Amino acid sequence: MSSRAPAILVLEDGRVFRGEAFGSVGETFGEAVFSTGMTGYQETLTDPSYYGQVVAQTAPQIGNTGWNDEDDESRRIWVAGYVVRDASRVSSNWRAKRGLEDELASQGVVGICEVDTRALTRHLRDKGAMRVGISSRTTDAEELLAKVRNTPQMAGANHVGAVTASEPYTYEAKGVQKYTVAAIDLGIKRNTPRRLAERGITTTVFPAYADVDAVLADAPDAVFLSNGPGDPATADHQVELTRELLRRRVPVFGICFGNQILGRALGLETYKLKFGHRGINQPVLDRHTNKIEITAHNHGFALKAPEVSEGQSGEFFETEFGRVQVSHVCLNDDVVEGLTCLDAPAYSVQYHPEAAGGPHDADYLFDRLVELIESTKGAKADA
Amino acid sequence: MPKRDDLKHILVIGSGPIQIGQACEFDYSGTQACRVLREEGLRVTLVNSNPATIMTDPEFADATYVEPITTEVIEQIIAKEKPDAILATLGGQTALNAAVGLHDAGILDKYGVELIGADMDAIQRGEDRQQFKQVVLDVGGEVPRSAVCHTMDEVRDTVKDLGLPVVIRPSFTMGGLGSGMAHTWEDVDRIAGNGLAESPTTEVLIEESVLGWKEYELELMRDRNDNVVVVCSIENVDPMGVHTGDSVTVAPSMTLTDREYQHMRDVGIAILREVGVDTGGCNIQFAIDPATGRMIVIEMNPRVSRSSALASKATGFPIAKIAAKLAIGYTLDEIPNDITKATPAAFEPTLDYVVVKVPRFTFEKFPGADPTLTTTMKSVGEAMSLGRTFQQALQKALRSTETKAAGFWTRPDPAGATLENTLEALRTAHDGTLYTAERALRFGATVAQVHDACKIDPWFLDQVAQLIELRDEIEAAAVADAALLRRAKRAGFSDAQLAALRPELAGEDGVRRLRHRLGMRPVYKTVDTCAAEFEAHTPYHYSTYEEETEVAPSNRPKVMILGSGPNRIGQGIEFDYSCVHAVQALREVGYETIMVNCNPETVSTDYDTADRLYFEPLTFEDVTEVFHAEHESGRAAGGPGVIGVVVQLGGQTPLGLAERLQDAGLPIVGTSPKAIDNAEDRGVFGRLLGELGLVAPDGGTATSYEEAREVAERIGYPVLVRPSYVLGGRGMEIVYDEDTLAGYISRATEASPEHPVLIDRFLDDAIEIDVDCLCDGEDFYLGGIMEHIEEAGVHSGDSSCALPPITLGARVIEQIRDYTAKLAFGIGVRGLMNVQYALKDEQLYVLEANPRASRTVPFVSKATAVPLAKAAARIALGAKIGELRAEGMLLPEGDGSDAGPEVPISVKEVLLPFKRFRTVEGSGIDAVLGPEMKSTGEVMGIDSSFGLAFAKATLAVYGKLPTSGNVFVSVADRDKRAIVFPVRRLVDLGFTVYATEGTGLVLKRHGIDFTPVARHSSGEAVDAVSLIASGEVDLVITTPSASPGPRTDGWEIRSAAVVADVSCVTTIQGAAAATQAIESASRGEIRVASLQELHKRLRGAERAAAV
Repeated sequence: MSSRAPAILVLEDGRVFRGEAFGSVGETFGEAVFSTGMTGYQETLTDPSYYGQVVAQTAPQIGNTGWNDEDDESRRIWVAGYVVRDASRVSSNWRAKRGLEDELASQGVVGICEVDTRALTRHLRDKGAMRVGISSRTTDAEELLAKVRNTPQMAGANHVGAVTASEPYTYEAKGVQKYTVAAIDLGIKRNTPRRLAERGITTTVFPAYADVDAVLADAPDAVFLSNGPGDPATADHQVELTRELLRRRVPVFGICFGNQILGRALGLETYKLKFGHRGINQPVLDRHTNKIEITAHNHGFALKAPEVSEGQSGEFFETEFGRVQVSHVCLNDDVVEGLTCLDAPAYSVQYHPEAAGGPHDADYLFDRLVELIESTKGAKADA
Repeated sequence: MPKRDDLKHILVIGSGPIQIGQACEFDYSGTQACRVLREEGLRVTLVNSNPATIMTDPEFADATYVEPITTEVIEQIIAKEKPDAILATLGGQTALNAAVGLHDAGILDKYGVELIGADMDAIQRGEDRQQFKQVVLDVGGEVPRSAVCHTMDEVRDTVKDLGLPVVIRPSFTMGGLGSGMAHTWEDVDRIAGNGLAESPTTEVLIEESVLGWKEYELELMRDRNDNVVVVCSIENVDPMGVHTGDSVTVAPSMTLTDREYQHMRDVGIAILREVGVDTGGCNIQFAIDPATGRMIVIEMNPRVSRSSALASKATGFPIAKIAAKLAIGYTLDEIPNDITKATPAAFEPTLDYVVVKVPRFTFEKFPGADPTLTTTMKSVGEAMSLGRTFQQALQKALRSTETKAAGFWTRPDPAGATLENTLEALRTAHDGTLYTAERALRFGATVAQVHDACKIDPWFLDQVAQLIELRDEIEAAAVADAALLRRAKRAGFSDAQLAALRPELAGEDGVRRLRHRLGMRPVYKTVDTCAAEFEAHTPYHYSTYEEETEVAPSNRPKVMILGSGPNRIGQGIEFDYSCVHAVQALREVGYETIMVNCNPETVSTDYDTADRLYFEPLTFEDVTEVFHAEHESGRAAGGPGVIGVVVQLGGQTPLGLAERLQDAGLPIVGTSPKAIDNAEDRGVFGRLLGELGLVAPDGGTATSYEEAREVAERIGYPVLVRPSYVLGGRGMEIVYDEDTLAGYISRATEASPEHPVLIDRFLDDAIEIDVDCLCDGEDFYLGGIMEHIEEAGVHSGDSSCALPPITLGARVIEQIRDYTAKLAFGIGVRGLMNVQYALKDEQLYVLEANPRASRTVPFVSKATAVPLAKAAARIALGAKIGELRAEGMLLPEGDGSDAGPEVPISVKEVLLPFKRFRTVEGSGIDAVLGPEMKSTGEVMGIDSSFGLAFAKATLAVYGKLPTSGNVFVSVADRDKRAIVFPVRRLVDLGFTVYATEGTGLVLKRHGIDFTPVARHSSGEAVDAVSLIASGEVDLVITTPSASPGPRTDGWEIRSAAVVADVSCVTTIQGAAAATQAIESASRGEIRVASLQELHKRLRGAERAAAV
């Protein structure tokens, strides 16, 4: 423990936290956010939605189960930096292949440990997410602060291009293929095609800027809009694509970033949350069933609730694609967590039904995709 | 879904006396439930026989029945109160069993009462092993693999398939006879061979062994809309094979990946739904094979459990409170989260700290009991700690348990300890396995070697190894500089541990001075259910060494109340009761109350109880730091800070700190530590008695056998001998002759000039009397006088007693009042005092005086309708008895010494844990009572006469009272005359008498027929022990002869009674009382009455008299 180099973490408002180097030694910058999941750090680190963010883990003991070959949610670690209280020096799990710190170091991820992560979290909760720098090269806070203030803001950032696949690829259905889905990779996690495959769906994953003809070339049964990093206000291409899909009545299912894209396609605006929802214990009410699901979240932006009258947000609203329902809301803060088009074959949620990490309560949303595909096919057959 | 409007009146069933496996956590959950239901405007009726609970305080229910939790009694309550529904899922196994009993007897149907929480089918699916196994398989979970075999060939094939070791259970043998664990093929042949022979159906069950696997628990909640949340995951540090109650446990789980955790969560939720617990909490246990990750479901509790209490305290999510709301129809999203206020209870708490629970054992109380930890729970209490890291939480938890060792390296290693024998010791789970693991690592064992020996997960062992590395660094450093010191504090090292490692720092005080000079003090973080995502409104704190403290400034006058730490025999729920009362009384008059305690089972550590809760070890260091934080923040806010620290209500734990705290400048209020000390100092107290003209039994001290013999000869046998350096009756014995005295002295090897042995005349056949009183320095108030049923010599905590006294005359009572007042003023009491007297030959002897809250305070308070602990807390902060009389807290006139003939009799009876323990050979342990306290809990029986009250108390403890059948009698010579009358009454009531020869002869000469039974030592085929073991005896009356000890006939008889679970009376007075009780019960005169009715009579009558 004592052999670690000193490290500092400096927030753009000047608050400084001191700790020790963890992972790669160096310097890194990004948006400081905190994640409250007590399990699933490997999934968190490899979730492309965290691109450009320095993630502070509120759970204090990190690294206990090491790093295995199965739980990566994408091809690499995406976080810009990693902040933990106590980093485990040993791995104890039957699947562990190596230690967390080895993995961070080999992927060049700069981290810091021995930090009062609770104080950092409280600060971000009160002051909002902000830019941050971590350095294990210098202990001069002033020097680092100047650099932090020179880095770009998350608001207005377009990060999709950095994380998306360069070429399309296909993930086969498990067993007999019943349906095909085209997924727009805005930062997709591996567990999404896996959950689709369980239902007999073959998924073709397209780069984020694929055009509508490419996406619909093989006449998929539905299009999936994935999660992803950055400001949804910059995703004009995908919004336009979605509007086209709505016009053509292609079934659409969006999650996270994809929810914001569908919302924008329907005419809603997005805004930046003060400190976001990042964790695996967020209660969401499904207005279809009136049941509560405990869900995995990772979003710093959200859809502005539609106004039905002056200052009154409502459950139902009119769009050029017909009536839409705010079908899911977060019970903690009433943030819009899902939309269902009542006159078009499209729905979306702001959170992660594929979980990984997190509870599986929202897995039913993939069944709804199957139902949507079936009913759309039925409707077409009837017509 | 809103609250159900068809429920207006709920009957809540409590858990009865404290016992091993069922402690005060059910007072915590029951209290929460009663409070919630009343807040919701429902009428609450409560039944619980345990007077030392907060839930049985009359203000927590509309009708409180301190009555036995038996089917017959509850039926009477139902008939009288006519509740709409019964809530039985918050009172432990006792309440659940009571509900099953009511159902089986058809009472629920008869009165149209609904079970809410879990219905009968769900209870059975959860509790019945076979049904539960099927539930697990139905939802796709796994259970241990097993097969039923009829031949040795089948057995061998099965074992080949399952792999060694295996568990072998013969079918249909009595009490699991012939079961065993086979580690080798020889074991398989032997155990299965015998098992097939012994089984009437020639079959054995071969089951895969999960011994040594990782063990986990999930706490889940479900509402009637089928929403389910997991409140907490708990990982057992001790592997499968050690009962979770006896394991060191950690929350949240430390060694699961998200995949494994979510699989466990999925299976847990599916089981909960399939079992069909409608609403409320449940606990499910899992085992995971560390090599393959294979997960097996072990069992479930379809109710709130001990782990639920732990989970509630660990997360800040009040499971019992929410369960009560769900039971009356609310859904999780309709219930606000108390801590954040802004978010609902429909979420899963996330922790940004680590919680460690460590069990507390008292094997020293039960000589001969096998101290190996198994699947039968043996611990009597637990301490919990929170820290920002596992290392910190573990070290805090270890020093919270108040064992001889206060964390690692605070005691020398056992003499002769080597690496080899330490590793060998680790192969058997025992109290302090982690201490042994630490020693093995320190002696040079690798983590892998230690894991191999004890199966504790390598992650936990590495954490201990890291502490050892830091220890070595601290020892080796040229100077203990600030950086090193800071690292040590962050890893949870106490000042005392550091002092042990660095002698030049001049002890714990030196370390503390150095630390303060360096400005190194703990900060206090908040338990907020959400890892700081939302603002917390509940000041529930724990200490750590980090950057930012969260203590909110307040300018109100503050009072700190120190709790009693982990439950132990001799220091249990009664002290928590008094602490909670102090908090209530002081809150009510405007003080900001601050509770410091580390026992997760208690009401005092509910974040709702005091204004502020500090979940901290009760050590000098931890308490003074809390004081500093609260005092300074209070002063900085312009207030007076902490104006008082209450130490007299939490038992020995806070009292032991009193003097040092006072010397460190903390404002101890109430009776001064010096006065408390004086009462305990034999010399000073003896002189005080002399000055006051009071008499104590003759006595003396000795440092050798010669001196002891001289003292004993001078004062005459029998004598009471005890070491001078212990309290609570530890090591006390009654010695009847010189040989036994020699034996005692030779065993008391620690007798030395510093630690002499105390020898007192033992007052044979004396009546023992307990008194609780209040004193404010000017005025005196007698709370109550209790007459013990057992003679002096049985520890007062183990003796049953009656209030008001049943045989004492007015003159004696006047004398007791007079003596007690003299003592209170003489000692300088400002609050509560307990005095014990012995009455022999018209002479009243003072045995001891303890100027603090006693174990009997809750009993006296309930019996007399006067809250003594509340009054004591007020007096400590300057209130006068006159004032409290005027307020109505105390009686306006008179006190507990003038009970008229209309006052009902309250009887306290105790629950003894002998059944829990076995010797290494598997036989029962001795059930004899003596000067050392052994009971874990108590009950109260209230009725118009002693016989009825005693009958109720007996029913409350044993659940049964034999009213006919066979009684076996064998008493010591000195008791032979006195036994005649009770046995004659039993014969009149229809009992058949079996007796040993000596006792039988005396009975015969008084015209009582008996069947002679051979002594066990006779060698006859049928003897006393085999008769009892056969289950043909309904009641055993046996008093110990002069030389108690293993392998005597009396010992064999008593332990046989323990094993056979037969009522066993071991004192002559007990026999007389039991006879009265049986007589009353067989007349069918037992009727129920609520505490509220009783108190109205008591206080109403008083008020009427005062007018």
